[in-house]
Amino acid sequence: MANKKTQPRGKPAARGARKTGTARKAASSKRPAGADPVRGDAALRRELLHSMLLQRRFEERCAEAYALGKIGGFCHLYIGQEAVSTGTLSMLRPDDYVMTTYRDHGIGLVRGVEPRGMMAELFGRADGVARGKGGSMHIFDRERNFLGGHGIVGAHVPLATGVGFAIKYRGGDQVCICFMGESVVNTGAFHEALNMAALWRLPMIYVIENNRYGMGTALERASSIVNISERAASYDMARAAVDGQDVFAVRAATLEAVKRAREEQRPTLLEIRTYRYMGHSMSDAVSGTYRTKAELEEYLKRDPITMLRSAMEKAGEIDDAAVAKMDEEIKAVVQDAWDFADQSPEPPLESLYEDVMVDTTSDSLDMSNESEEANV
Amino acid sequence: MPIITYRDALNQALREEMERDERVFLMGEEVGVYQGAYKVSKGLLQEFGEKRVVDTPIAELGFAGIGVGAAMVGLRPIVEFMTWNFAILAFDQVVNSAAKMLYMSGGQFNIPMVFRGPNGAALQLSAQHSQAFESWLMHIPGIKVVTPGTPYDAKGLLKAAIRDDNPVCFLEGEMLYNTKGEVPEEEYVIPLGKADLKREGEHCSIITNGKMVLVAMQVADTLAKEGINCDVVDLRTVRPMDVEAIATSVRKTNRAVVLEEGWEMAGIGAQVVDYIQRDCFDYLDAPVVRVHQENVPMPYAKNLERAAKPDAAKTIAAVKRVMYLDSGER
Repeated sequence: MANKKTQPRGKPAARGARKTGTARKAASSKRPAGADPVRGDAALRRELLHSMLLQRRFEERCAEAYALGKIGGFCHLYIGQEAVSTGTLSMLRPDDYVMTTYRDHGIGLVRGVEPRGMMAELFGRADGVARGKGGSMHIFDRERNFLGGHGIVGAHVPLATGVGFAIKYRGGDQVCICFMGESVVNTGAFHEALNMAALWRLPMIYVIENNRYGMGTALERASSIVNISERAASYDMARAAVDGQDVFAVRAATLEAVKRAREEQRPTLLEIRTYRYMGHSMSDAVSGTYRTKAELEEYLKRDPITMLRSAMEKAGEIDDAAVAKMDEEIKAVVQDAWDFADQSPEPPLESLYEDVMVDTTSDSLDMSNESEEANV
Repeated sequence: MPIITYRDALNQALREEMERDERVFLMGEEVGVYQGAYKVSKGLLQEFGEKRVVDTPIAELGFAGIGVGAAMVGLRPIVEFMTWNFAILAFDQVVNSAAKMLYMSGGQFNIPMVFRGPNGAALQLSAQHSQAFESWLMHIPGIKVVTPGTPYDAKGLLKAAIRDDNPVCFLEGEMLYNTKGEVPEEEYVIPLGKADLKREGEHCSIITNGKMVLVAMQVADTLAKEGINCDVVDLRTVRPMDVEAIATSVRKTNRAVVLEEGWEMAGIGAQVVDYIQRDCFDYLDAPVVRVHQENVPMPYAKNLERAAKPDAAKTIAAVKRVMYLDSGER
C-alpha cells in the first residue's frame, strides 16, 4: 500500500483565501433584536442580493470556462435556484452542518467556500478546495462544516442523517441541513433515512429543491405524488411547500424548521419549488428535449434575483447605480477567482497516492484517539 | 490462558473498545434488545444503553450511510450487518461514500468506522445467504478488509479495526462463532495488514484467510502424517495484503496452494497468484493451484452443498498436485 498521506487536514481553504465579504456575512447573520427575523433590514437585504448575485456571476463564468475546456467532467449549474441556498443558509449558524448533491457550487459559495478555492477545484488545480481530487461535484470545506458535494443521487441523505445522529449523540444544539433535488424522493436511501430521522428525532432539515426535472424526467413522470412535501406524512414529519423564487418565503420556512430542529429535535421536510434555467449539466441544452422554451420563459419571469431587486427598488433601498456597483464588485471577485485558478499549478503527480487512506498502521494502534475532537 | 469462543472474543473486543472510547457505538439490526442475531453483541445494550447500542429498522443502505455520516463528524461507528449478504444493499455507502470520502475531499474527511458481520456459507442456507465477499471488497482503494480465522485474531483485529482512522470491512466467519481458542486476559491489538504464519513446513505453502484457515490447519495435520509439511499463511487482512509474508513463504517452499471460500473469478487467489508470479517467479517448482467454491450459486441439498464448497479433500489434492504426487490427471 502506498498511501502516503498521514492525517486529515483541517484548513484547506486557507490557501489562496480572500475575503469576499457579504456572501459569508449573509450566511451567518445575527440581526439585532427587534428586526423582522425574516425580512431583516436594508443591510441584510443587500447581503441577500449580493449572495445570490455572486452565485449567478460565478456560475456564468463556470459555463464560459467549461466551453473553453478549463472545466471538465460533469458540471451542474445552479442558476435560477439561488434563493434556495441564500434563503436557507442565511438562517443557519456557522457551527451547523450543510450537505448537498453534485449541484453544489451555489450552496458552497453561500456557505462561505472561497471563490478562489472553488474555481481552482473546478479547474482541477492544486489549490482547489479538494486539491483537484473532487472537481465540480465534490466541493468540501471542513472549516465551514460544508460536508460536500455528493455524486450518487439519494446516497447523501443517509450521510446527512448520520450527521444529525452525531449531533444528538453528543447533545449538541446544531442542525444539519441536507439539500437534494426532487428526484431523490424516489430513491430507497431517502425513505430509509427520513424514517430513521423521524423515528429517532434527529435535528434535520431536508430541503427538496424541486426544480421540476430529474435530469430530463419531469416530476409527474417520476413520482406518484406530485405534492412532494406530502411524502413527509409517511414519516409523521413536519413539512412545508415553499416558493423557492422568493428568498423571504424560503427564510420564513427555514426559520420554523431550524427552530423545530434546534429546540425540539424534530426533523422537517421542506419542499422548495424552484426552477433551473440551465440544462441538467453542461452537456444538456438549456431547454432540451423535455421542456419547452415557453415554459422556461415563463419561469424566467420569476427570477429570484430580479424579484428581490425589484422589491428593494420599490422600497427605495437600492437603485440602478448601487446594483451596478455591487455587480462590478462581484464580477471582480469572480475574475480574481478565475485568475487564481488559472495560475494555480496542476496537482503534483506525487499527490496521486495521497489521501487514499489515513496512515494508522501498527505504530498508532495504542494511540489514544483523543487528538481530534470534531467540531461540535 | 482462557479458552473462549470466537463469538465471545468479538464481544470482548466490542466491550473493551466501547469502554475505552465514548465515540464508539454499535448500530445495526437486532444488536440491542435481541442481543445480536448471532449474539455477538450480547449484554452490550444493558451495559452501554440505547444511545450506544442502536437497534435499526431493516434498512442496510440507510443505517450504513448514517454510520458514514456520523464518522464524517468524528464519531467512530461500528455498523453491524446481520450478514454480509444483506450488506450488498449498503455497498453504495461502503464503496461510493466511505471508501471515497477522504480522497474526493482532498484529505478533509476521513471515515473512522467498522462495517462488520458474518460472511460466507453456513449450512444449507442456499444461494442468497451463503456468499463470501472478501474479493468484492478488496478491489476497492480506500477501505481495509479483515477476515479473522481464530478467536485470538478476531479479538485483536477487531480492536485494531475500531481504532483505525479508515473504514474497515470486518468479515467474520458465520461458521466460526462457536469455535474456541486461547485468548489472553491482558489487552492486545493485532496490526491490520499483517499475515500470520499459523504453521511452519518446508514442502508447500497454503495461503488462505478467514474460515478457510481451519481447513488449512486440518489439511496440514493430515499431510504431516504422510511426511508432507506445509506452511499455513493466514493473510488475516486481505486489503492491504501482506505480500512480503506470501513471498517469504513461497521462496522457502517453492510451491503454493491458495485456498479461499469464495468463487474463482477475480478472487483472492487471483491476486495472490499475481503477487507470487511477480515476486517469486524464479523460486517456483510448480504452477500455483487454487482451491475455491465451485462456480455456481450455493445449492441447498446437503450433498450438492458439500460438493460446491472448498474443503480439506480438495485442498489435499491441490497440495499433492503442486508436489507432483498426484496421478497427473486433470
